Amino acid sequence: MTDLHRLSIRELSQGLADAQFSSREITQHYLKRIEKIDAQVKSYVTVTAEQALAQADAADASIKAGTASVLTGIPVAHKDIFCTQGIKTTAGSKMLDNFISPYDATVVAQGKAAGLVTLGKLNMDEFAMGSTSENSYYGATANPWNLNHVPGGSSGGSAAAVAADLAPFATGTDTGGSIRQPASFCGLTGLKPTYGRVSRFGMIAYASSLDQGGPMARSAEDCAYLMNVMAGHDAKDSTSVEKEVDDYVANLNGTSVKGLRIGIPKQYFNVQGLDAEVKARVEESLKKLEDMGAILVEIDLTMTESYVPTYYLIAPAEASSNLQRFDGVRYGYRCENPADLMDLYKRSRSEGFGKEVQQRILIGTYALSAGYYDAYYVKAQKVRRLIQQDFLKAFESVDVIAAPSAPTTAYKIGANLSPVEMYLGDIYTIAVNLAGLPAINAPVGFDSNNLPVGLQLIGNYWSESQLLSVVHQYQ
Amino acid sequence: MSTSDAQHSADLNAQTVSAIAHLARLSLNDTQSAEYAQSLNKILGMMESLKEINTDGVEPLKSPFDNPQPLREDVVCESNHREQYQAVAPAVEAGLYLVPRVIE
Repeated sequence: MTDLHRLSIRELSQGLADAQFSSREITQHYLKRIEKIDAQVKSYVTVTAEQALAQADAADASIKAGTASVLTGIPVAHKDIFCTQGIKTTAGSKMLDNFISPYDATVVAQGKAAGLVTLGKLNMDEFAMGSTSENSYYGATANPWNLNHVPGGSSGGSAAAVAADLAPFATGTDTGGSIRQPASFCGLTGLKPTYGRVSRFGMIAYASSLDQGGPMARSAEDCAYLMNVMAGHDAKDSTSVEKEVDDYVANLNGTSVKGLRIGIPKQYFNVQGLDAEVKARVEESLKKLEDMGAILVEIDLTMTESYVPTYYLIAPAEASSNLQRFDGVRYGYRCENPADLMDLYKRSRSEGFGKEVQQRILIGTYALSAGYYDAYYVKAQKVRRLIQQDFLKAFESVDVIAAPSAPTTAYKIGANLSPVEMYLGDIYTIAVNLAGLPAINAPVGFDSNNLPVGLQLIGNYWSESQLLSVVHQYQ
Repeated sequence: MSTSDAQHSADLNAQTVSAIAHLARLSLNDTQSAEYAQSLNKILGMMESLKEINTDGVEPLKSPFDNPQPLREDVVCESNHREQYQAVAPAVEAGLYLVPRVIE
């Protein structure tokens, strides 16, 4: 069979159950595609062919024995931020180029328990800091729609791999848009769940109060299958919330688009730098939802201008603290011939971290340092609460909020935007992380360069089923 | 915010950046410190707009949910993984992590 890579998760599951093909055949098919195509896309940092085939054989045995579950034998690939026992986990950094985790992240363990076959680990911006996947020690990943453009970031490897049919679905993480923006740039569906819905255990931390893992796939339906695996309480993550998990697949038609109140924040559509074609495609998609019965309601989100400064204080502050652990002593990169302990710390970190990571560590350290803590960090946390309240007020009168996922389509590789320009590109995604809300990207068309445009729907807390359902019906 | 505003309100020079780099245990040369000073000034300039937002009486939001930390029974639930954990360390000896001599 030549087109196994075009089958949806439901079709793969059905085909395996009906013995139309085996997990080994699917796995080999994907591995061959990776070998043939990934030299151009560069989405994988590590391909785990041998392990994948062993897992596929075990899956086939389990299918034969009648002990398989719905996803047994289907391949997945993980963003290289999720720790995988016995397999290198780099977070896109030279710092972790030699790091083999002694344990699995909970998300990885859940995937194994569901019988998923791991194809490998996917490229990303170093420690998830970036919006292009160019900030990786392993080089830039290309956008499969146009290899001269970036796939977005930081989960750019995940987006590119799925868009190029080098994995049927993939895990990503989203601290400020790192699932939704690459999904938008690569024409995929990507869900950032409510903070606390997916375990962060074994997911290398960037900004702990913002980080959240989620699924990236070709459709909302495929995302729902992976979400059923990823979601759930984990005692190993103290911010994981003990709350019943939905069956996201069963709920795919559970929300009625008819009568759904979609809030259109007027501030969002007047942002300077919003590309006219992106705006047009997003408005067309909203018109289509209106035709399906949704009610469009203009709303106010008054804090819009504060998003970027608030996020770029809080995220680097948390990062500077989280990244203290990389000290050249217990794991990761160590510099050659350190003169003393201080030299060992400083050179290991400066030689091991890339430029953007060091920049964010510096901002964060400054914002947390004596004399600036209240003026910068605490102030940002107060504004963060106002941003959250702004959303909660909006959800009193609407069910979901619509926005573009990014103000533009994918940048050219090497566009070399200044940090401030780059940070402004995150305006539509970061507030969701600050508030801890769930949000989804749905592909809604292309610009005149044939690059994908994404619609973002933001939901109230724990409304993942609703978001997936609305996008599923739209698709 | 215009560039002149940013220059007006931010006050980082290469020397301050070196001091922050020391706190963050990063080793920067003079050229790098000067470069970072320039880009950090632009970034911090962008932050100045937060000062105009009235946050009187607003409680800082540290995490999306103000949940208390969950507590668990004080019982041993992990086994010893020292050998596994030290297998990825740059230098170990007899179960200890090795670093350059600290006390003469």
